[in-house]
Amino acid sequence: MTIITPIRTQAEAAYISQFPAFEAGLTTRDPAGLKLRRAAFERFVALGLPHRRIEPYHYTDVRALLREVAGPAVHAKHTVALPEMAVLPSALSALEAFKIVLVNGVLDRARSDLGRLPEGVKVHEEAEPAVDGGLADDPMIALNTAFMTGRVVITIEAGIKLDTPLHLQSMIGGAAVAVYPRVTLEVGKGAAVTLVESHFGPDGVAYQNNSLVEIVAGDDAKIDLVRVNAHGKAAADFSTLAVTLGASNVFNAHSFVTGGALSRHQVFLRLEGEHSVVTLSGAMLLNARQHADTTLVVDHAVPNCQSREHFAHVLDGEATGVFQGKIIVRPLAQKTDGKMMSRAVVLTDGATMNNKPELEIFADDVQCGHGATVGALDEDLLFYLQARGLPKTEAEALMLQAFAGEAVAMIAHDGVREALDGAIDAWLKERA
Amino acid sequence: MLEIKNLHVAIEDGSKKILNGLTLTVHRGEVAAIMGPNGSGKSTLSYVIAGKPGYEILDGEILLEGENILEMEPDQRSAAGVFLAFQYPLEIPGVATMTFLKAAMNAHLRAAGSDEIKTPDFMKRVRKAADDLGISQDMLKRGLNVGFSGGEKKRMEILQMALLEPRICILDETDSGLDIDALKVVSEGVNKLRSADRSFLVITHYQRLLNYIVPDTVHVMSKGRVVKSGGKELALELEANGYADYVSDAA
Repeated sequence: MTIITPIRTQAEAAYISQFPAFEAGLTTRDPAGLKLRRAAFERFVALGLPHRRIEPYHYTDVRALLREVAGPAVHAKHTVALPEMAVLPSALSALEAFKIVLVNGVLDRARSDLGRLPEGVKVHEEAEPAVDGGLADDPMIALNTAFMTGRVVITIEAGIKLDTPLHLQSMIGGAAVAVYPRVTLEVGKGAAVTLVESHFGPDGVAYQNNSLVEIVAGDDAKIDLVRVNAHGKAAADFSTLAVTLGASNVFNAHSFVTGGALSRHQVFLRLEGEHSVVTLSGAMLLNARQHADTTLVVDHAVPNCQSREHFAHVLDGEATGVFQGKIIVRPLAQKTDGKMMSRAVVLTDGATMNNKPELEIFADDVQCGHGATVGALDEDLLFYLQARGLPKTEAEALMLQAFAGEAVAMIAHDGVREALDGAIDAWLKERA
Repeated sequence: MLEIKNLHVAIEDGSKKILNGLTLTVHRGEVAAIMGPNGSGKSTLSYVIAGKPGYEILDGEILLEGENILEMEPDQRSAAGVFLAFQYPLEIPGVATMTFLKAAMNAHLRAAGSDEIKTPDFMKRVRKAADDLGISQDMLKRGLNVGFSGGEKKRMEILQMALLEPRICILDETDSGLDIDALKVVSEGVNKLRSADRSFLVITHYQRLLNYIVPDTVHVMSKGRVVKSGGKELALELEANGYADYVSDAA
């Protein structure tokens, strides 16, 4: 037997060296929670950072891409003036919503609208994780479980239907920090909610965000989730959305990415009740050397559900986009209707798109399909628009707005959709 | 107005020469028809005037009001007054027709150093022009040309022509794919735009279109150059005798 001593990268060594002091500094002594943290940490020690030989991370080699890791924010003595450290993207600033504000991963009651939440909506904090994320073999989730600093639990009681969105604003700042927010959204039977998560921090500060959002839905619930990655240009963002749906749910989740140097957003969605309808969509607008990965696993465990995925990447400069989408249809899940589409526009020779759609079908009476396209903007269409007087950059902007807008159009809430159309417009103006 | 002098054009990769010393003048207010068999270079001529990429200009010049437009980008040519009505107008999903029309009009206004058009004025102008061409409000709400029939697409081209008020309109086989009713509507739209200040280059295979848009001059193209010019009666002669005489002349 050979004993292999793994060679640690600087980032791995940093995570490993940080944990004992972090653990010792925790103020709560809930044994179950501490056990979960310890187990997750040990799992991370065993796995190390994910790298390209680990299949789900083949196109996003975190081991190679993540060089340095800052200390956990909760023990850092950062006193930060908020307006300087993080500014909400202007497209979202006018959105009417109930705010739930996290500062460096910790609920900030004073900045939140907790006192005026509508009837049937509750927000409270739990010191410890309740579960290990359910996905113990993912090293990034293990890190969130080990280092999380308070879990924000949002509860929508049965039958409560909210028109005004909840807006979780996760702001990060000060010096380089690592933050580990965790949010649990519990939606009762027949309830309806729109939750916008916006994640943002200053440009030029190499901070790391590692967030986990867990959603548990009762039957007949309707949930619209919109995640906006507006992180600073030097930030790393690792985020996981873990969803378990009941019967007759309508679930829409959108991921909108313009920020971060390195981003990985993964969605694990499990359909456990029949007649649910799922739409996952995303628009990623990337330039310079940004790298953004979207990885989906949609698991149809029961019959009669529908899932739709539509993701649009716009890649400028030397940016890299990754889309991995897996639809699993279990033997019982007859009459599953699944369609997945990933489209990318590559604007330069230096940009890269990696598309990996997968279907794993074990039932025989299903309708499933997937498509993936990568290409430049259509020259003939550009000429057509230019021939009508539009300068080239304006013609490109019009086409890109349409291209990314197609994904944003899948957001049900009018105000949120318009805000993100505005964010696309702002990105295109900055480019021109 | 529009002067094309000794124009030699090849496809950019150098594989094929398409225009071979084409010379043509279209005077102010003139409607000139270009006829010719398939492969004679008619569509290439329209693309080269409008500035489509992918062609190499080997020699010659194209002057619009005395100014050489060959160095201009397509949008600059459009601003200078060139309008190409496409043989196959393109569908652009996700770009609302109204958004596109407004962007095009404003681009023209900005290029002329004017203020952008106010939305109520814009709506009024589009409605009026659309009514004249039998274009429904529903069509204007859809993505540009998306799901339009061949006739609807051609009407949309004429609508754009009416809104952008060009100096030289190039109609590239506008009659292709049109039934007789659509042909009448489109021709009437074009005829309304005829004026002493506006010239037309009407490219067509068939004489039929010229019954509705009556030209002042007719030019026959073969193998990349104009081989015969005459009055409108030349179109009738071609209809009767075909292109054979001119094709062999040019060889």
